[in-house]
Amino acid sequence: MIKKFLTTLILIIGILLLYIPILIIMLLSFNNSQRPYEFNGLTFKWYTQIFSDNSLFSAIINSWSIAICATIIATILGIFIALAINRMKQKYKPFVMFLNNMPILNADIVTGVSLMIIFTLLGFTFGRFTMLLAHIFFCIPFVVLSILPRLKQLDNNAYDAARDLGCTHMQAIRKVIIPGIKIGILTGALIAFTMSIDDFIISYYTTGEGFSNFSTWIYSRLNRRTFNPAAYAYNSIITIGSLLILIYINIGIRPGGKKIEKN
Amino acid sequence: MKKLIELHHINKSFDDQVILDDFNLYINENEFITLVGPSGCGKTTLLRIIGGLESVDEGQVIFDGKDITKLEPNERTINTVFQKYALFPHLNVYENIAFGLRLKKVNEKEIEELVKWSLKLVNLNNYEDRKIDSLSGGQQQRVAIARAIVNKPKVLLLDEPLGALDLKLRQNMQYELKELQKKLHITFIFVTHDQEEALSMSDTVVVMNSGLIQQIGTPEDIYNEPKNRFVANFIGESNIIRGKYLGDKLVEFENVVFECVDTNFEKDEICDVVIRPEDFDVVSLDKAKLIGIVTDKVFKGVHYELCVDINGKEYIVHTYEEAEINSQLGLAIDPFEIHLMKVPQIEKA
Ligand SMILES: Nc1ncnc2c1ncn2[C@@H]1O[C@H](COP(=O)(O)OP(=O)(O)OP(=O)(O)O)[C@@H](O)[C@H]1O
Ligand SMILES: [Mg+2]
Repeated sequence: MIKKFLTTLILIIGILLLYIPILIIMLLSFNNSQRPYEFNGLTFKWYTQIFSDNSLFSAIINSWSIAICATIIATILGIFIALAINRMKQKYKPFVMFLNNMPILNADIVTGVSLMIIFTLLGFTFGRFTMLLAHIFFCIPFVVLSILPRLKQLDNNAYDAARDLGCTHMQAIRKVIIPGIKIGILTGALIAFTMSIDDFIISYYTTGEGFSNFSTWIYSRLNRRTFNPAAYAYNSIITIGSLLILIYINIGIRPGGKKIEKN
Repeated sequence: MKKLIELHHINKSFDDQVILDDFNLYINENEFITLVGPSGCGKTTLLRIIGGLESVDEGQVIFDGKDITKLEPNERTINTVFQKYALFPHLNVYENIAFGLRLKKVNEKEIEELVKWSLKLVNLNNYEDRKIDSLSGGQQQRVAIARAIVNKPKVLLLDEPLGALDLKLRQNMQYELKELQKKLHITFIFVTHDQEEALSMSDTVVVMNSGLIQQIGTPEDIYNEPKNRFVANFIGESNIIRGKYLGDKLVEFENVVFECVDTNFEKDEICDVVIRPEDFDVVSLDKAKLIGIVTDKVFKGVHYELCVDINGKEYIVHTYEEAEINSQLGLAIDPFEIHLMKVPQIEKA
């Protein structure tokens, strides 16, 4: 009896700890006061201010544009790297896989600082370009990792069969290999996108010239007068948005659900 | 008959391992030719070279009089049915079969007719909309064949296409493939490591071992007149005995002189004698030329397989009559059932 009560209690505390910060941010996004510790009634003004605060809005746009560009480029490069690794001789594979996994295992701060040093040595101007490069760099391994198992599952002869039926090398990759590893590519792209839009540490070390994405924008204004609670509003929108997508996907793949994935 | 494919002095190695060694072969138009040999002897590699999926280190591939050694697979009018089908799981049956036609920009109406035609040939009417993974192994096999023949290739390469099927289905497909080849009037190059399949389906059988041709011939030739020990052992069961040719169509083995039909041996030349298990005649002891002790017997359905000990050597004998274990058995052999093979130079010494 007591044991059961305790486990339930711990569960509730755990869930609360996870969700309270999110709820607080949602609450703050409706708070009329700019200061988080006083509550002045409800308002929607922060939601409109997402668009009117130029610096915040451009940080958000930067976050998205970096994430989208990094995802697209990392996915394309990742596909080719995975194809190459898959065709590599068995002897060298573990070594290349090690190289691929290293950035994933490495602490973000190490990746961030090393990229910063490299960019400095190369004489790059820090800003949009270096941040994009950094994001592409840390996204690629995830794409490669999610594509490789799919490639392995693919029939070894699928490529040969395509060539045999009249495909050129590129046609075979486009018409047979890519559709065969589609799910791996989508997973990889999704992971890359979340990693990129989520990232703070690496972005922090590789940006400059006043270029900031959402996370570095918040960091630079936290506890300052220029901080705009519209950031809470944006966060709430993201949370609700992800929640809706999650619900939609879960309905889609539930056995017996109406929307079964079509190949 | 016209030569369609000529392989001249093909050499191929993978990492210093020689797979094909100065390989030469001619393949005729409308021929059903079978490459047979143990696993790893280079059959798939040879097919891939003909199909253009593998390059050669040296040598030439001639197709219809033209050198195609350097052509890409998509530039050759040859199609392949792969060992494990290699269908495209993201496309349905119709799209799998239409794949090659789409690349050739055939118009939609013609594609539809051709797909129907090829599905009919492989007995899969109305399977157009099925997904690949909803098909049984045998059906996938048929789709793979349809996908290849719909392109109307001059040559169809089949790499152990029946390997994954059960016995009954396999026998049906053997028959159907043979019929298909006659209907289509094209060359089939068929690979198998099953010697029975090779004998029952082919016009010509090529027996390969470790990258070398051991013998080429009709199934009858290969079975009745194997050129060497490898072929005799690989194609069917054989008793191979060391003997001596005495001249005048006489051969001596097991200290008995037999009449035979071969003549192309020197007097007193050492030779190998091949006797198929079913070619022994069981006779009464007084008429027997060889007498042995039955050491084992297995009932095989139509016949009994006996192990017979003659002068301390084991022989396999197939007979319709039962024999008791440990009893004496008298054997005779007709002259035309005795086949003599040359002994390789190195073994003579
Ligand atoms: N891409 C490759 N790289 C290295 N070695 C290879 C390659 N392809 C084939 N081999 C080797 O070449 C030899 C012949 O292979 P092949 O596939 O032609 O044999 P096979 O006669 O088709 O055998 P099976 O009956 O088992 O299919 C084998 O020893 C194999 O290990
Ligand atoms: Mg093979």
